Amino acid sequence: MAALINVPAKAKRGDIIEIRTLTSHIMETGFRHTMDGALVPRDIITSFTCRYNGAEIFRADLFPAVAANPYLSFFTVAKESGKLEFEWIGDNGYSSAASASITVE
Amino acid sequence: MQTTRRKFLSFAGGVTVAGTIPIVTLRPVEATPAMLNTAIRNVVGEAPIRVGKIKLDIPPLVENGNTVPMTVNVASPMTADDYVKSIHVFNEKNPQPNIGNFYLNPSSGRAQISTRIRLADTQKVVAIARLSDDSFWQVTAEIVVTLAACTEEVN
Amino acid sequence: MILWRAIVLAALVATAPALLAGEIPPDARRSGYFFMGPDTRAMQDDDTSNPGMLFVLDGEALWAKKAGSADKACADCHGDARSSMKGVAARYPAYDKALARPVTLDQRINLCRANHQQAAPLPYESHDILALSAFVAHQSRGVAIAAGDDPQAKPFVEQGRNLFMQREGQLNLACTNCHDDNFEKRLAGSPITQGQPTGYPLYRLEWQTLGSLERRLRSCMTGVRARAYDYGAPELVALELYLMARARGMPMETPAVRP
Repeated sequence: MAALINVPAKAKRGDIIEIRTLTSHIMETGFRHTMDGALVPRDIITSFTCRYNGAEIFRADLFPAVAANPYLSFFTVAKESGKLEFEWIGDNGYSSAASASITVE
Repeated sequence: MQTTRRKFLSFAGGVTVAGTIPIVTLRPVEATPAMLNTAIRNVVGEAPIRVGKIKLDIPPLVENGNTVPMTVNVASPMTADDYVKSIHVFNEKNPQPNIGNFYLNPSSGRAQISTRIRLADTQKVVAIARLSDDSFWQVTAEIVVTLAACTEEVN
Repeated sequence: MILWRAIVLAALVATAPALLAGEIPPDARRSGYFFMGPDTRAMQDDDTSNPGMLFVLDGEALWAKKAGSADKACADCHGDARSSMKGVAARYPAYDKALARPVTLDQRINLCRANHQQAAPLPYESHDILALSAFVAHQSRGVAIAAGDDPQAKPFVEQGRNLFMQREGQLNLACTNCHDDNFEKRLAGSPITQGQPTGYPLYRLEWQTLGSLERRLRSCMTGVRARAYDYGAPELVALELYLMARARGMPMETPAVRP
């Protein structure tokens, strides 16, 4: 599954940077029915975590009210060069991950 | 801040089924104001909720309730002594009152999050911020959701 | 306003006899982008905010992936799509000599799969066909639409135009009644657009996924309470071809975002 991560490749130490993530997921609410009346079971991403060189800097709990292909934007202070890791966890054992690197001067 | 941004792509091992489900009918049960209050009290407990500090940026008239962009911003210095711990967003009339919980810390730098949400009907959206002193601050917005003229739903 | 329009149209009829009354003059044509709000525009404008780009990325992976009993990938014949596919989607639907009829980009991809990859066709509106066509069409972003120029395609453009002008369904409406005569007005809460197919396959907020022009046409038909043509039906292909010819010269936007 594809993910789009938007992180500045370079930042000055102390800069507040925006991180934007977009990932493929249907976010099936569990409240819809098929034409013959059967409930379409819930299938959503329930949790998102971002770690910066191993330390958690942002976390979110998501509910069925989050739109398909979840988009999240948040901020962090650029402290040091390294790696940002992103993890999405959801129903039915769903798990996906992505990462991006940043150079801090 | 450097403006050079990098698009980073990854193909992680996901299990999403991408197929489309045949026409589905959407007859949602609605969350009640009581459910909304309960959901809020589950987060806030008995603490008082004040108005202010928090801003909810959401179009008052949305183009499609299935994907509504939303930004929450809290006025906070985001220092080790004074920061926003979390932001909680709720709705009044979706089948479920919760939208999302977002956990921040002093290293967030700015207490602001954006996402895209679903709103089943014209309704109230409530955002609540919990600060590091465990005070709670709330903002409410009324959003008008119009229905598209030519939708695929046949029933 | 009505008077102003009448004067403009009268002038056009005098100077451009090919233009039927009610048709939109070339310089008055507007993409659906023009009719949508700033939030939805912002979603399209930034590739890392545009959910359609997730499909483009998946399509890029599929482009390089071997398929079928020939064990060939699209890239094995077509190489780097960035150059080989630039401008291609802007010419689709295109006339296919062997079939003696126009084919859509989706149908072309499936013809390639059948003839060159010996692979099963990808079902209409399946994730993979949308991803591949989004990836291919994305290479034409900014390229002027040039479909329908082939003289052999002309009868099919004409067929599409007739379908566009023909009233249908329980509401007895033709495409032209909304999209030529009443754009910029509103239907329920939504603005009526000109129906310019500049950004397909596109991400529709209503669908919460990418979809083809055929899917959009079928929703319109359901909207006027007509029976929608099946995916791939010659009528739908002709309509698609007419719409692309009608948008001739407008830049491609794939993957567009629409409400």
